[in-house]
Amino acid sequence: MNLTFTPEQCAFREQVRTWLAHNKPSKKLKSYDTKEGFEEHRAWEKVLYEARYSMVMWPEELGGRGCDLIEWLIFEEEYYRADAPMRVNQNGQLLLGPTLIEFGTEAQKKRFLPPMASSEHMWAQGWSEPNAGSDMAAIRSKAVREGDEYIISGQKTWSTRAIYADWTFGLFRTDPDSSRHHGLSYIVVPLDAPGITIRPIKALNGKDAFAEIFFDDVRVPIDNRIGEEGQGWRVAMATAGFERGLLLRSPARFMQPVKKLLELYRHYQAQVDADLSLRKAVVDCWNMAESYALSAYYTVGRLQNGEKIGAESSINKIIWSELDLKIHETAMAILGEQAELMGSAPHAYADHDWMEGFLFAQAGPIYAGTNEIQRNIVAERLLNLPR
Amino acid sequence: MDFTFSEDELALREAVSRFLMVEAAPEVLREIWQEDTGRSPQLRRAIAEQGVMALSIPEAYDGLGMGDVMWSLIAQELGYYAIPDSLIDTAYVAAYLITQLPDEVAQKATWLQQIGTGELRVSIAHVEQQFVADAHLADVIFYFTADALHVLSNDAVSLVDNPSIDSSRRLFKMTPVTPLPAPILEGNAVAALYAQVNARGAIANAGQQLGLAQRMLDLSIDYVNQRKQFGKLIGSFQALKHKLADVVSAIEMTKPTLYRAAYALEHDASRAPLYVAQVVIQARDAAKLAAKHSIQAHGAMGYTWEVDLQMFIKRSHALQASWGRTSEFEHRVLDALLAEPDLADPCMTFMGLSA
Repeated sequence: MNLTFTPEQCAFREQVRTWLAHNKPSKKLKSYDTKEGFEEHRAWEKVLYEARYSMVMWPEELGGRGCDLIEWLIFEEEYYRADAPMRVNQNGQLLLGPTLIEFGTEAQKKRFLPPMASSEHMWAQGWSEPNAGSDMAAIRSKAVREGDEYIISGQKTWSTRAIYADWTFGLFRTDPDSSRHHGLSYIVVPLDAPGITIRPIKALNGKDAFAEIFFDDVRVPIDNRIGEEGQGWRVAMATAGFERGLLLRSPARFMQPVKKLLELYRHYQAQVDADLSLRKAVVDCWNMAESYALSAYYTVGRLQNGEKIGAESSINKIIWSELDLKIHETAMAILGEQAELMGSAPHAYADHDWMEGFLFAQAGPIYAGTNEIQRNIVAERLLNLPR
Repeated sequence: MDFTFSEDELALREAVSRFLMVEAAPEVLREIWQEDTGRSPQLRRAIAEQGVMALSIPEAYDGLGMGDVMWSLIAQELGYYAIPDSLIDTAYVAAYLITQLPDEVAQKATWLQQIGTGELRVSIAHVEQQFVADAHLADVIFYFTADALHVLSNDAVSLVDNPSIDSSRRLFKMTPVTPLPAPILEGNAVAALYAQVNARGAIANAGQQLGLAQRMLDLSIDYVNQRKQFGKLIGSFQALKHKLADVVSAIEMTKPTLYRAAYALEHDASRAPLYVAQVVIQARDAAKLAAKHSIQAHGAMGYTWEVDLQMFIKRSHALQASWGRTSEFEHRVLDALLAEPDLADPCMTFMGLSA
């Protein structure tokens, strides 16, 4: 055991820190759940890409730096430490990207990955359907093969920021006689294709944060299929593992709000210090965020030793989503009567819009597979309890 | 950055685990409860023959020279098998204490050698702490006051037996006979040494709590995999699955925290007290959750004397305040964070861990 960084790792940290200090946007970007904010974030992604900081773990020929997991964790720590903008194209970069790297043809990688890294292509996920939420194998949208094309019909939903995005990816039933997780294929679809209708769904924060996508005989070339026909479930499961695991939510993403929580506590210390439950809550938030960070490095060590990580990903998903809730619930309790104020209210707490994060934290235990499903996975696959 | 254990460390842990599985099975521990002393000289000798008592004795005194990181693994095993306190108090905490004493202390070498061979049993007492574990059998009692460290023999103290709910714990209210013998250490060095000793006691407590939590979880998994109701194994019910999933999550998230705290202690890092406090809080919370959910998973059987679960539940409850109240550790963490909010910078997790 050696818990110190190598000189090379320290130099990389310093390099990232310096670059972010000189290049990150001077003022906070507008919410990426609005059209204007979305484009501001796209512009920032291009800046990151040109400096090869967009996807640091991708190989150099795809615009990355070929970083290992430790360097990725370092990058993430510096990124969130700098309070740089949220990553608007994560659903593509972190869910579809690794899938393409693992299952895509060379031509598909060249075609899709660089514009994904630069966010010239913005990606929205197309997993859920009205009757396939936690039960994703109930998917009914179909893709019928006709010559060199698939003709797609059906409906996807809860597609994050789909009204602004360029592409979607998801599972479609290519074998009409199949059921459940058989006969599905993983297909990518341009959102400007004829036959596509996108209808925004207003989230409880009042913004068009996600959308329904309707497919009315949409034609895509069979080259848009990732992996073998009928093997979509297996390909998607690999993606789902990436998603709820470490990559989508790096520990640094939660340490940053814990630091803000400490600043908030100090601001209101005179009013809240006597409340022992709040003291305990703040301590628990830091403890849990630190534990999540430590467990990330510990997991990397296990991977380096050749161990496989499976259902542990589900523990991560439960931990980060419940930590995020706890951080924001604690902030709300500290804010007292100011907690309910909109960020724009003249007497709102000025340094951070806690309500925005509080609302988004409500979604954490639901998206990327509900925490109930994750607990089933942990119990059945890690503890071997009967189905 | 290498957050892994060496093959030797893992092999040693495995050997200790296999040994205790057989030699310290629940039925053996239950027999030992019946002894007046609550202790088994045979088991103690066997453990010493395995080399466990000599783990952190320096090689110069015929020991293995292991440190806090190794003990973070062994403490979990001692918790898992509910091994009574005097083992870790002597072999880890007291052995550390003695190595820190000035070389002028005449008995230093003898004490270290005798701990390694299993001949010496040591208890540690602090003037602010009421109860002393295993004081009735201690060959040496290290007695800390605010500014002096005395060495007492157990005929130089009066002891009042205070039975614990954990039948393997032997607690005594201790009053030293006055006048006390001349201290072996005086002044500011005493409080500094006690802080280091207390940190070892506290991290040993956290490691044992994690091991206890794992044992309670394993017993529960066994139980829900054989008990049927409504024609099905009760382990197939989500209500129980979700409880046990929460227990394993709490255990797994606490392990790396334990290992960082141990590493910080071993490298004498200035943040070690903070990291020890963190893991004490988390490990105790994990054990409380394990105790609560495992008795529920066992149903009425969990409330019986017969089923072994009670041994581990009661021990984890008994150890909830040893080496300091949880609230003291919580205050320590919050005070440190408020004094230095940069500790919560995303880049700080491993900063300042080297000596």
